[in-house]
Amino acid sequence: MNAVGAYVAIVSARYRTLLQYRAAAFAGFMTQVFWGAIKIMVFFAFYAVSREAQPMSLAQVVSYVWLGQALLGMLPWNMDKEIEQLIREGAVSYELVRPLDLYAFWFARTIALRTATTTLRSIPMVLLAGVVLPLAGQAQWALLPPESLTAFCVFLVSLFWALMLACAFTMLMHVFLVWTISGEGLNRVMPSFTIVFSGMIVPLPLFPDWLQPFLNLQPFRGLVDVPFRIYTGSIPVADAWPDIVHQVIWTVIFVAYGRWLLQRSLTRLVVQGG
Amino acid sequence: MRGHGLGLYWRLILASMTSQMQYKASFILSSLGQFAATAVEIAGVWALFSRFGNLEHWNIAEVCMFYGLVNVSFAISDAIGTGFDQFGALYVKTGHFDRLLLRPRSIFLQLIGHEFALRRVGRFSQGLAVLAWSIVTLEIDFTAYQVFMMLVTIVTSVCFFLGLFILQATLSFWSVETLEIMNTLTYGGVECAQYPMAIYEGWFRRIFTFVIPLACISYFPVIAVLGIDDPLGSSRLFQTLVPLSGPLFLGISIVLFQRVGVRHYTSTGS
Repeated sequence: MNAVGAYVAIVSARYRTLLQYRAAAFAGFMTQVFWGAIKIMVFFAFYAVSREAQPMSLAQVVSYVWLGQALLGMLPWNMDKEIEQLIREGAVSYELVRPLDLYAFWFARTIALRTATTTLRSIPMVLLAGVVLPLAGQAQWALLPPESLTAFCVFLVSLFWALMLACAFTMLMHVFLVWTISGEGLNRVMPSFTIVFSGMIVPLPLFPDWLQPFLNLQPFRGLVDVPFRIYTGSIPVADAWPDIVHQVIWTVIFVAYGRWLLQRSLTRLVVQGG
Repeated sequence: MRGHGLGLYWRLILASMTSQMQYKASFILSSLGQFAATAVEIAGVWALFSRFGNLEHWNIAEVCMFYGLVNVSFAISDAIGTGFDQFGALYVKTGHFDRLLLRPRSIFLQLIGHEFALRRVGRFSQGLAVLAWSIVTLEIDFTAYQVFMMLVTIVTSVCFFLGLFILQATLSFWSVETLEIMNTLTYGGVECAQYPMAIYEGWFRRIFTFVIPLACISYFPVIAVLGIDDPLGSSRLFQTLVPLSGPLFLGISIVLFQRVGVRHYTSTGS
């Protein structure tokens, strides 16, 4: 209950801050459009010579790329700068004084981090790729509408769990940071694995077949691959439920582990600075 | 005087390296982080090739030559160009540029000597590993010309990317902040030069050949390194000469920086 109030306050504050930096937001948007265009051209070239049937159609891959560019900020690739600073400077002790559950409070902040920038950037991206490009007659470049209305609803459910999974994993990164050096090292290398195994670089079905059993088990596919493939119809609605359960299970595991680790680290916490 | 400047540059660079080595753990972590972050791209290339077999007429070893050379070159220019890359935030916004103007040394020398970013070894070693794999796999009997063209690619690419950083610094005289939009050309340039330019659409290729000479310092000379016929139909002579646009681009950037940018500078005060 407290966490919800805190969340609303944090998100609105963050929006106001972000809107102060319109030029930076525009630059970020243009960079993402450019990136998307390069990726799509690479896929055009690969698909142009491919004679066999591929696990995903080119149109599905193009939509997948745009969704990825729109929702990039949702991926757990960075941490909340203020939480990082709290831990570095020892102000984490003030956090412990607050009459809030520390994990829930930080989780709320993390949701704000993962959603504020993303919503701001995803709207123009969806408009450009989904509306402007088809109207300009560039249908092969466009973000297609979802498979069906049902697919869209299931996509939203899956997207919500992708967000929860992303936040639960970002929280793990925050908690690791309490272990200073070893945690920091892990946090520098981890995002790269997250980006590959979520399907952000290449949609997971396009990886070699012998890797698929592993790719289907690992948690990061719930961040990108599952929701995007439900949207494009690469995962039919009828088969989507096991994948959403997969997302929920990994979220629960990450939250439980994060909570346990945070409890443990707080019992042996040494506050730096005065 | 010229030798003097070079001597000063080495002293600045050595001081920068010594100071970075004071924080060894931090250096190792950021290098490892960069290695992992850039290796992500090659994982993508590998996955696509194992799924699709070939990319038009290119095989994976050839693509790795493009990939390796552009990453090695960008890592070098990123390491030496930090002063220009961070120029807006570090010098214009703070007004510290005044201090550089007061010193009896060229602005260029002072900025290039700002920092030699050792952590770029992460991208460098990743690119070098991919390049080495490509050379071994292609089993080319390199002629002296091909080795020469490989050096040309690296040197002219370093010039080109350095030119982009300097252009970015020039623009920050107006924007005050460091311009994120230039990332499309720097990081975005690396991203698209990792694949042979011939696979992209014509309009896109023309922009990155004639407006921004990215293809001139990556695609064309690498074709000569590989010793193959260009599917776009360029001649060897063209491939040998056109990389000169890299140093030319750098020269224009420096002139713009010093003639237009510095002249426009008004201090923000301290």
